Amino acid sequence: MLEAQDLAAERGQARLFRGVAFRIEPGCALAVTGSNGSGKTTLLRILAGLSAPAAGSVRLAGIPVKPFDPRLREAIAFAGHLPALKDELTALENLESLTALAGTRVTHSALREALDRVALSQRQALPARVLSQGQRRRIGLARLRVLRKPLWILDEPATALDREGNALFDSMLAEHLDGGGAAVVATHQPIDLPPARVSALAIDACAS
Amino acid sequence: MTFNLFRYASPASFFPKARRMAAWFAPAAVALAVAGLAIGLVVAPADATQGDAYRIIFIHVPAAWMSMFIYLVMAFWSALALGYNTRLSAMMAQALAPTGALMTFVALVTGAFWGRPTWGTYWAWDARMTSELILLFLYLGVIALRNAIDDPRRADRACALLTLVGAVNVPIIYFSVKWWNTLHQGATISMTAAPKMASIMLAGLVLMSLAAWAYSIAAALARVRTIMLERERGAAWISQLPEMRRPVIA
Amino acid sequence: MRVLMPAMAPEADTPATGAVAPPFAWALARDLRIALRSRAELGVQLLFYVIVVSVFPLSMAPERSLLAALGPGVLWVAALLAALLSLPRLFASDFADGTLEQMALSPWSLPAIVSGKIAAHWLTTGLPLAVLAPLLGLQYALEPSALWTLAMALLLGTPILSLLGAIGAALTLGVRGGASLLALLVLPLCAPVLIFGAGAVDAVRAGLGAGASFSLLAAGLLIAVVGAPPAAAAAVRIALD
Repeated sequence: MLEAQDLAAERGQARLFRGVAFRIEPGCALAVTGSNGSGKTTLLRILAGLSAPAAGSVRLAGIPVKPFDPRLREAIAFAGHLPALKDELTALENLESLTALAGTRVTHSALREALDRVALSQRQALPARVLSQGQRRRIGLARLRVLRKPLWILDEPATALDREGNALFDSMLAEHLDGGGAAVVATHQPIDLPPARVSALAIDACAS
Repeated sequence: MTFNLFRYASPASFFPKARRMAAWFAPAAVALAVAGLAIGLVVAPADATQGDAYRIIFIHVPAAWMSMFIYLVMAFWSALALGYNTRLSAMMAQALAPTGALMTFVALVTGAFWGRPTWGTYWAWDARMTSELILLFLYLGVIALRNAIDDPRRADRACALLTLVGAVNVPIIYFSVKWWNTLHQGATISMTAAPKMASIMLAGLVLMSLAAWAYSIAAALARVRTIMLERERGAAWISQLPEMRRPVIA
Repeated sequence: MRVLMPAMAPEADTPATGAVAPPFAWALARDLRIALRSRAELGVQLLFYVIVVSVFPLSMAPERSLLAALGPGVLWVAALLAALLSLPRLFASDFADGTLEQMALSPWSLPAIVSGKIAAHWLTTGLPLAVLAPLLGLQYALEPSALWTLAMALLLGTPILSLLGAIGAALTLGVRGGASLLALLVLPLCAPVLIFGAGAVDAVRAGLGAGASFSLLAAGLLIAVVGAPPAAAAAVRIALD
């Protein structure tokens, strides 16, 4: 589904990595590991189409895509470092807003149910301002479930999640892959899935 | 500035060519300026109405023309930079901005000094001078934005976009300032009404305009070389430059 | 993508790029809702406008004829400054919490989303200014025809300020010296708005009628409505790079 060929990235003068290449098929995940500052976030942003790589290309279903390519935007759900929540809106309103933004039409009850699955139904009417980091992350998980996009690009999704939240994420990821989706996940922790479905990319090895 | 640069689209191959071109244009600029000033300051006769004070147009008019022309060229390089994402186009735009700002500033100052003896006031809010002032702000804005953004690639694209937005606005701004000027007619006199041109004065103007053009090219090329060295610091082609191989005398 | 992933096909999605109304409405409704929940911020800009306009006469002899002559200009410049003051918050909050990223990655047209945000910004900044100005104009002993013309001109001109300002706001996202730099970038571009906007009142006073000025402002508004959102969207993408 997603293919990267000979990707390279720079930050200012320094070259972060080069020669990054991989291929992800539906039903598989790619775990990107690396030390802080090695370029994991940059790689994910390139894959999501937010930045252009210094060299190389990204292909979606075999077709090369440039930054902000419409096909890429249709197909991916991106979760970066920032949770993309407005403090002034409630959890439910935030979820509704982000869902609409992705062009997905979903009923109110489906939204409530999604929040319920991430154990936030008690707090769904509270402004996001009062939620903890972990709770904000859970709204992000609910969003991933509701959007049902084929390709997930997640930057350290387990940050701030407690053990329960982690288990929830793992099961969601497994469900997503089972349904034929794919994922690229930047993470410090190993992904709890059969090795056949997870390939690993260590960014440090591609440093120059 | 308008030759086909695609063959030299990489900084590495353009670097030596820029030096050769600058080495040609710089003396040309000096020669043209000397000739132009000789005509303007010495040979051309004093004007019937303005006396010797009009002679400042030999600097003022070429500077004003170059200030507008450079902005157009900057917009051209900005369009290339945004469209083809080439570093060199963006560097050329970056190199032109200070020279353009300088030309605008010179035009404004010489315009003020022309106004003083002729119309009794340093600044008379006429359409051309006011537009020139706004053009100076546009140049300064691009330079300020360049300095404010740390990431060079983001700065390239942001400044390119700003330059293009400015370029689209320049005709609108000029038109609106002219309209404003005619609405308040009587309060101001056109400071830049050039005296009737004897052909010798025209020759002087043409020479000075060519001098300003040659100077701008030479200055921009010299500056783009510095920009290339700064931004490509660490690149392989720099360590292989002939200048780098000369032994350093301690 | 649907062909590859039949099991994942979401049902009844809104059509993506090309549609303008859904993203515009989404952004407008969202920004208005957020703005209304943080009312304090809105009040500050209007208060700034009132204070600047009220304090200005302290700098001179408050002679009626002088005030009446300067009034339209002062009211316009103060409106310009108040609009500039409010521009950074157009994108800053979304940029800081990651929502802007999501907007750029949305299948929707980014210029349409940006237009919605600009419209919300105008409704909470420019429109109140245009409504408030005639009241403040009384402090400058402006005659009724001038007050009326001023309000109309501001109604036409403040959207242009929001539209042009959005480009500046997007270019200076996350950049040092943001607000003053934004003013430096946007003010020269707004010169025509100031000229035609204040010129409308002068024209009415000269007996020429404001028709020409209003037409020019309207034309400028049309150009800005068509041209500014794509430019601002491009600037947003550059800032997110």
